[in-house]
Amino acid sequence: MITKRIIPCLDVRDGRVVKGVNFKGLNDVDSPVALAEYYSSCGADELVFYDITASSDGRKLFTDILTETAKKVFIPLTVGGGINTVEDFDRVLKCGADKVSVNSGAIRNPNLIKEASELYGSQCVVLSVDIKRVDEEFHVFAKGGREDTGIEALSWIKRGVELGAGEIVVNSIDTDGVKKGFDIELLKKVCELVNVPVIASGGAGSIDDFIELFKKIPAIDAGLAASIFHFKEVEIMDLKKRMKEENIEVRL
Amino acid sequence: MIAIINYGVGNLFSLTSSFKAIGYEAIVTSNKDEILSADHVVLPGVGAFKDAKDKLRDSGLEDAVKEVVKKGTPILGICLGMQLLFDKSYEFGEHEGLGLIKGKVIPIGDIVSKDYKIPQIGWNALAFKKKSKLFKYIKNGDYVYFVHSYFASECEESTTSTCEYGASLTASVEKDNVYGCQFHPEKSGDVGLKILKAFCEL
Repeated sequence: MITKRIIPCLDVRDGRVVKGVNFKGLNDVDSPVALAEYYSSCGADELVFYDITASSDGRKLFTDILTETAKKVFIPLTVGGGINTVEDFDRVLKCGADKVSVNSGAIRNPNLIKEASELYGSQCVVLSVDIKRVDEEFHVFAKGGREDTGIEALSWIKRGVELGAGEIVVNSIDTDGVKKGFDIELLKKVCELVNVPVIASGGAGSIDDFIELFKKIPAIDAGLAASIFHFKEVEIMDLKKRMKEENIEVRL
Repeated sequence: MIAIINYGVGNLFSLTSSFKAIGYEAIVTSNKDEILSADHVVLPGVGAFKDAKDKLRDSGLEDAVKEVVKKGTPILGICLGMQLLFDKSYEFGEHEGLGLIKGKVIPIGDIVSKDYKIPQIGWNALAFKKKSKLFKYIKNGDYVYFVHSYFASECEESTTSTCEYGASLTASVEKDNVYGCQFHPEKSGDVGLKILKAFCEL
C-alpha cells in the first residue's frame, strides 16, 4: 500500500533556512543543503523548499542551493516561492525540482496552473494555499499569509484542481506556529472536496499531532512541518516508528 | 558510459546526479552515435504518452532505441519511458508504443475504485513476482517512489514486480536486455540508487 508521507519544509531566505511563528519574527536555523541531506538520511519522504520572501519582494530563489541539494538528495523535491510564470517553473525544474508549488502567482493568474500542468503534467503542479478563518469563512491569504484576498478557500482549491493542480498543500494560518495540532476541521473539508493528494501543513507540535491527523483523516496523504523538525523537537525516525506502531502505513 | 536519451521530455538533472552518486558517468544525449556506443542506455520520460512518442520519433531516436535493443545493450525505461516500451497506450486515445514488450498501457482509474486518488503519488512497496537482476541489492517489500496515472497491463510474462494500489499495478518489467521501472529510482532514496547500481553492473 501507498504510505503516508512525512515532509519537512525548508523555508529559505537569503540562502538560509528560517521559520517563523505565524510567519513573523523569523530566525535562522541551518544551511538548506545540510538540512536536506540530514532529513533524507533519517527518513523524510520528500522535501519542500519555499522561498518565503520571493512573493512579496520579487526576490528570485537561490537556484544554486537547489542544484546543490538535488546533486546529493534522491527523494522528491518540491520548490515554491516566487513562481509567477511558466518560465519560473522551467527555471526550478532545470535545477532538479520535481514539483513546483504555486501560491500567490496562481491567485493573480489562475491560468498559470493550467498552462503549467499542460506543459509539465499535473503531477508537477502543486497548489499551496494559505488559509485563515475570517468571519466564519475560510479565506485565501496571499503574500506569505499577510494579505486577505477575500477569496473563499474551498472554492479556490476546487478550481485549482479543475485547472490541473495535481496536489494541494493546505496551510492553516490559524494553527501555524501554534504547535497545538493540525487544522482537522479544515483538512477534512478539503479531503472531501478533491480527489488529488492533500498535504496537511501548519500546527504540528508533537508526534501525537501527526497520529491524530492520520487517524482522524484517513484520506490525508502527507503531513508537512518545519520548525519542529529543525529544532529536533520531533525526530522523523521516531515519528515514523510510532506511525508503524499505530498501524499507519509508513516507509521505514 | 551510460547514455540518458534526451528527446525533449522530462527533467534529467536528478537522473544524471544519481548515476554520479553511485560512481558512474552518465551523459545526457540526443546523438545517435553516442547512444549506440554506450554500455547502458536509459530512456526517461514524464508527461503524456503521445507527446513523448512523437518527440522520440521526430528526433530520429526511435530507431536508435530499437537498434540498442537489437544490439543487446541493457536499456532501462523509467516511468513514461517504461510505458513507451509496450505495444500500445490508451492515454487520451489509442497510440502505438515501441512494441519492445508485450502489453498495453491503460488508466489506473479503469481498474481501481474511486477511493483511490489518481495519480498515484508517493512511496509504495515492491512485491517481487519474478527474479530480476535489478533486484540484486534490494529486498521484497522495499519502498520506491511512484507518480503515475496509467500503468502497464497484460504483461504478466515480463512483470518482475508489482505494487498494491487498489489492484496489483505493474511496477517493473524485464525482457532480455530491456528493463522498465514504473517508479522513479532516481527519486527512491537508497533503494532506488541500489536498483540503478544493479543496472549499471549488467
